[in-house]
Amino acid sequence: MSEVQTVENMVSITIDGVDYKAKEGEYILNAARANDIFIPAICYLTRCSPTLACRLCLVEADGKQVYSCNAKVKEGMEITVSTPDILAERRAMMEVYDVNHPLQCGVCDQSGECELQNYTLELGVDSQSYTIQDTKREATNWSSVLHYDPGLCIVCERCTTVCKDMIGDAAIKTTKRGGEALDKAWKDEMPKDAYAMWNKLQKSVIAPSNGTEHTNCSDCGECVAVCPVGALVSRDFVYTSNAWDLKKIPATCAHCSSGCQIYYETKPASIEDRTEKIFRVTNEWNYVSLCGAGRFGYDFENRTATKDATTFAAAVKAFKKAKVINFNSVITNEEALMLQTLKEKLGVKLINREARAFQRFLGFYSEASGQSLYSLDFKEVMATDFVMSVGSSLRNDNPNARYAFNNVQKLNKGAGLYFHPVGDTLVPTFGKNIEMFAHKVGHEEAALLFIIKLFADQDKLPSSVKEQLDSDFVELLGGDTAKFEKSFEKMMKKKESFSLMVGEDLYFHEKAENLAKLIAVLEASSEVKVAMIPPKTNSLGVALICDLDDEAEGYTIGYNESGDFKLSALGDGDLDMPAMNQQEGTLTNMHKRVTPTNAALEYNGYVLNDIVREVASAPKETIMWTEHLPVSKGFKAVEFDSLPNHYTNDGVEHRGYLLESTSVEVEEISVDKFDDSNALEGEIAYRCNPQRQFNDFSDKAHQIFEGFGLYTSPAKAEALSSKVEVEFANGKLTLDVIVDERMEGDIVAIPDFKSAENIYELFAGSRYQTVTIKEV
Amino acid sequence: MSLEQFKNRNVGTQNYKTLDLDHTPVTGMGQFKQVVSRTFKPELFVGLWVTFREMINALFRGKMHTTQYPFEKLPISPRYRAIHDMLRLLESGHYRCIGCGLCEKICISNCITMDTQYDENQRKEVSEYTINFGRCIFCGYCAEVCPELAIVHGPRYETASEQRASFSLFEDMLTPIDQLNLQQEYQGFGAISPNADENIKKTPLAY
Repeated sequence: MSEVQTVENMVSITIDGVDYKAKEGEYILNAARANDIFIPAICYLTRCSPTLACRLCLVEADGKQVYSCNAKVKEGMEITVSTPDILAERRAMMEVYDVNHPLQCGVCDQSGECELQNYTLELGVDSQSYTIQDTKREATNWSSVLHYDPGLCIVCERCTTVCKDMIGDAAIKTTKRGGEALDKAWKDEMPKDAYAMWNKLQKSVIAPSNGTEHTNCSDCGECVAVCPVGALVSRDFVYTSNAWDLKKIPATCAHCSSGCQIYYETKPASIEDRTEKIFRVTNEWNYVSLCGAGRFGYDFENRTATKDATTFAAAVKAFKKAKVINFNSVITNEEALMLQTLKEKLGVKLINREARAFQRFLGFYSEASGQSLYSLDFKEVMATDFVMSVGSSLRNDNPNARYAFNNVQKLNKGAGLYFHPVGDTLVPTFGKNIEMFAHKVGHEEAALLFIIKLFADQDKLPSSVKEQLDSDFVELLGGDTAKFEKSFEKMMKKKESFSLMVGEDLYFHEKAENLAKLIAVLEASSEVKVAMIPPKTNSLGVALICDLDDEAEGYTIGYNESGDFKLSALGDGDLDMPAMNQQEGTLTNMHKRVTPTNAALEYNGYVLNDIVREVASAPKETIMWTEHLPVSKGFKAVEFDSLPNHYTNDGVEHRGYLLESTSVEVEEISVDKFDDSNALEGEIAYRCNPQRQFNDFSDKAHQIFEGFGLYTSPAKAEALSSKVEVEFANGKLTLDVIVDERMEGDIVAIPDFKSAENIYELFAGSRYQTVTIKEV
Repeated sequence: MSLEQFKNRNVGTQNYKTLDLDHTPVTGMGQFKQVVSRTFKPELFVGLWVTFREMINALFRGKMHTTQYPFEKLPISPRYRAIHDMLRLLESGHYRCIGCGLCEKICISNCITMDTQYDENQRKEVSEYTINFGRCIFCGYCAEVCPELAIVHGPRYETASEQRASFSLFEDMLTPIDQLNLQQEYQGFGAISPNADENIKKTPLAY
């Protein structure tokens, strides 16, 4: 979507007699939408494959009736949106959708934003010609968050489509309704497409695809977001509010580095309590997909804060004597800039473990490649047709990276290579052309060398790399050479664009520098372009803005982290700070985009800006720092209030601005020799969060249930008791064993979302550590 | 969507205007003069004469104009808009309100609020409902918009109370269950018109 629209790839089309330009290969529906022409459509989702369930998007193209969601534009195509025949079809279809659909809109959660209501009015349906006996369909709860009322369902299949094409869980499917068969007499009486649509509708209903009553999925709630009617609603939200009562606050999700566009929807909590409360989170689901943490982990606000002058004075005093500020990446760019200012003026040291690791890695990469930032954003990754992932637990680390990997398989007829020591049963189900390598911990260099061997132009390689390419990497990485060669040939068919996503494992790797160099070599010598997954929310922003330190000692201020004086947005520190849903500012996300976020809820306490004003100097408002973000690092000197925050109909993102990447010429890269004896052996623990947990804030939210424990594969769990003691070289933990059904292999995962547990210290600068697991 | 509302951070300044009134006298002499001039104007005697004339008419000529309120009350129109009533379904006795929130939305003085929830019968339950009678202007929109004829204006115009809140909760407005047989159908705004049957098309049913 961000690709430049050149004259060559544009074609001319005519819609209702007016000339328009459209992207070549675009569906008619999308081309019309991009030109602000309205074609009715219910079942189509941008970024997913057409399902042809609703058939409303029927148009006439060059004299023939086609479905505009499924037919591509051609040069000189003449399109008519509505002919008398098509209008009759559409009217009949809407009447069919209204057959047996309950008319008590008053109680429905979707009322006011319901597409069935809208289209019934739009197409002027004021009488009903069709009838069939209703089938008893009872409301059920699919999971801890999903509520499905089949009585309201119009089987547009948007939920199943998004779950398969975008999310990758494919946890729901259409199944038999067991309803009355359609009277054949209708076939002659009613328009053809409307009959076909009704015939299918009458037979189906949505159900979990595993055959049970409950979905086995990541509980992202994207199905709830796309549902055009009130059939799918989150359990927490059912019947609690009408759409029009909620105030939408455009914001950026603060849980991971995806930085997704969200709206916090608020209204007063109840009749007694008139303080604003977030009732739900919604998104522009045609252009962005959320994960479960983003959608359901929204009530992490700090309610305890008050303006208490004595604690504030204590905080100012603490800042004056502070030697170190220990913070994490759940922080806005503005606050990061304040901390950097404190460092410059007061000489404090700044500690942020995850951002520091990423900063070092990005630095090594820039030195080797000459580019200040990685090449691709994740929307561009989604547009490629061959995607690879190294060093990231795709399912857990970052939902957007996972959605991109899946979407490439489903929509671009793509292929994928997934390298990760922890086996996964979900990733291979994304597509037919996926090879998974559950390699040994410490063999990440081999994975990159293998990719170089597969894709690089041998002549462009530096000699230090070339001489390492002779080994049999497939064997080394735990695959079968003969089998792989055969499948790789199939994977490479008709592939044009290649992308590689790299993750946190590499940033915390002891050979990080060498890995960064290998990535630069790969980019310089092949068509593969790289995207990096910043480890936590604003790690990229912090890495660019702050001059971070590796080690520091002395009086420490902890900002949402441990310290001698603790600032906390969780309400458990010495001085309260606003949580991310209570402050405005900008975040830098993995798409290299600086996005604005607004305050959804009231906050009554002090903010970091107040402290900085006392100990150094600061402007009146936090957001006045926005225009001072370092231009030399790619930021722009623009005011916060002038940042846009929306998508246009053609899917172009207008949220904040993109970081500028600068490039310089570099000399030939020399890489170290890979040593395959460095692999970690024995019982290994991996620092990795469960799917909907990212930090203390997601943990605080009442709809996020994933606990703090030892996550293992089902096979491994059998060998362990229900509670174990995990012993590290420098400490130990007692944890409950939690089975993650989609994990494979013997490596166990220990989450880091609770900052109080000091997991980073136990892992001592790495993501993998050998441990001893004992029963208790 | 527009971001304007998020850019206004001046929550502390209000735009009050003071009225331009006559100055109150401050000196003792000034106050004295004002009292004298107000007391001895001839209008006083005109008023006294009217009162005296009507007293004679009422007492001796049998021409009484006033109603002996509160012992007598004048009949009021069915379209009169007084304190709201919440009606029940005659068959089941369940309250009619479905919690659709249309009254809340249409209320031009923003005085209706309701809390709803998912109840154990999988239905939308109105857990709390309140009208702020300090703000209500009795415009009747809520009764007009109600799709269930649940909220209506009742005939109860005597609204003197220690607290206005005494009328404002769901239970206060709801027809008492033991008086269900006395419940009157409302004839005012929002009631079904006498020719309603002629105006609707019927939906075919399969049974």
